[in-house]
Amino acid sequence: MTNEDINSIRLFQEDPLTLDGGETLSPVDVAFETYGDLAPDGDNAILICHALTGDQYVASPHPGTGKPGWWARLVGPGKLIDTEKYFVICSNVLGSCMGTTGPAATDPNTKEPWGTRFPVITIRDMVRVQAALMDALNVRKLLMVIGGSMGGMQVLEWLATYPERLHSACVIASAARHTAQNIAFHEVGRQAVMADPNWNQGRYYGSDASPAKGLAVARMTAHITYLSEDALTHKFGRNLQEREAVTFGFDADFQVESYLRHQGSTFVDRFDANSYLYITRAMDYLDIPGRFDGRLADAFIGARDVRCCVISFTSDWLYPTLENKRIVHALNAAGVPVSFAEIDAAFGHDSFLLDVPEMDEMLAGFLSTATQSYQPPEAQNE
Amino acid sequence: MNKARSIRPDLQLIADLVAPGTRVLDIGCADGELLDHLVHEKGINGRGIEISQDGVNRCVARGLSVIQGDADNDLAEYPDQSFDTVILSRTLQAVRQPRTVLLELLRIGKRAIVTIPNFGQWHVRMSLLTRGRMPVTKALHRTWYNTENIHFCTILDLHDLIEAEDINLLEFVPHQKDGRRLKMGLKRANLFADQALYLLEK
Repeated sequence: MTNEDINSIRLFQEDPLTLDGGETLSPVDVAFETYGDLAPDGDNAILICHALTGDQYVASPHPGTGKPGWWARLVGPGKLIDTEKYFVICSNVLGSCMGTTGPAATDPNTKEPWGTRFPVITIRDMVRVQAALMDALNVRKLLMVIGGSMGGMQVLEWLATYPERLHSACVIASAARHTAQNIAFHEVGRQAVMADPNWNQGRYYGSDASPAKGLAVARMTAHITYLSEDALTHKFGRNLQEREAVTFGFDADFQVESYLRHQGSTFVDRFDANSYLYITRAMDYLDIPGRFDGRLADAFIGARDVRCCVISFTSDWLYPTLENKRIVHALNAAGVPVSFAEIDAAFGHDSFLLDVPEMDEMLAGFLSTATQSYQPPEAQNE
Repeated sequence: MNKARSIRPDLQLIADLVAPGTRVLDIGCADGELLDHLVHEKGINGRGIEISQDGVNRCVARGLSVIQGDADNDLAEYPDQSFDTVILSRTLQAVRQPRTVLLELLRIGKRAIVTIPNFGQWHVRMSLLTRGRMPVTKALHRTWYNTENIHFCTILDLHDLIEAEDINLLEFVPHQKDGRRLKMGLKRANLFADQALYLLEK
């Protein structure tokens, strides 16, 4: 895949992006996809925020893997988020590796890849870049911003940072801060990458050897956290992989081992190890209540006119209902109109990407009533 | 007010007590019939709490802001006096801690509207007396082992609690299931009313 295949725009050329960490970035390339057309009065724009290892190809095939868009089930012509009706935007987050500026990009000062000299970024920094992209696309106010997992964290930062630019917001299977357990799992993943000799302090670009083994282990660990024990048992049990008996060796005897190895090895073909370090760090640093002396509600004071929807899943132990309810209680305490449901789904955290009819029903009801109630800023002035 | 949207008669009794443009929390809002009515007919700023996923989805499809939860677990997070009126309709008998919930209603709301099915009604008394088994009536249609109603009380019982907790009883409306008000004293109401509505203030 070449860069010419990717739609992108160069932002922050004159005014650099000031990051939460204090450093600045200029310019910032943002790779994005849009689906449908922006209405003349601009009232039909929906921003979809992707998760940790997601990308901008929400409803169209990934150019590298050829796989369908990661939420093509819900987004497209005639689908729940109907691209014949809505103007849908999805951009690759800051720090990622699908065309948006990240550690694999070239540092304009040295003309070398950034590697680990790339500044550490936050979820709010990602959202600042998205807001600049909305400006560039002439979207003043979003009918909806929606995302699951890390995408939901971005939605929360939108609510905390740019509430006046939102009519509605939907957070799925997410959290307003990373817990010790969340950080712990991410640290295992990062240590796996950094323990790979090919990582070479992040300087592996241009060499034949990349830290694929370390990154694969990181992905294998993370993948377990995306599923539930029931889902793993149901899918694999103790089934053996194409053999009659265990081999008394360390081959992938069990189907679950083979599955995880496959998940790890396919992941490294599409993802950059340094990006994995930076984005997991950004998630670990997320602590919205921490910015308000522990009072998450104070983060949402400006969002009283934004209709919100929060969804969690019964089997999600990565971002469990408890964490999602913290968000709901804070929104309520801030006077923000919010709906919430804990949806019965067995697939674990990944439920948000899978076929869960109750989630679809809630999203459909929320989107249609948000659409009916939306008066774009222009219309209000008339 | 126009008659475009008519609602269940017992819900209308509640709606009559809600002032236009106020902040209202409906706990146990089911499919959102009352809340939707109040939003559209009285322009209230309404929120709901509902235990069933299906109920929440129906409310969301009406454009209401409703969270899945219940009176026992989800009231503590609301700030003091964050609503003008908090409604608990035919739900007090189904909560684990009725006294705590009643006090919570009056902490988060300036006023509370509580309705209860009346366990002191003569049908219910007769049923227990003649059959010797826990009553199963139209209003209380489940058997003792599978009913969600775990804290039955009579009109007199709730009066006692209201008095014991120093709660002001602003209005008391004993009524039949069809919404017909009963004009009678407390003891007679306890014998004849299917249900009763209380407007309370702390």
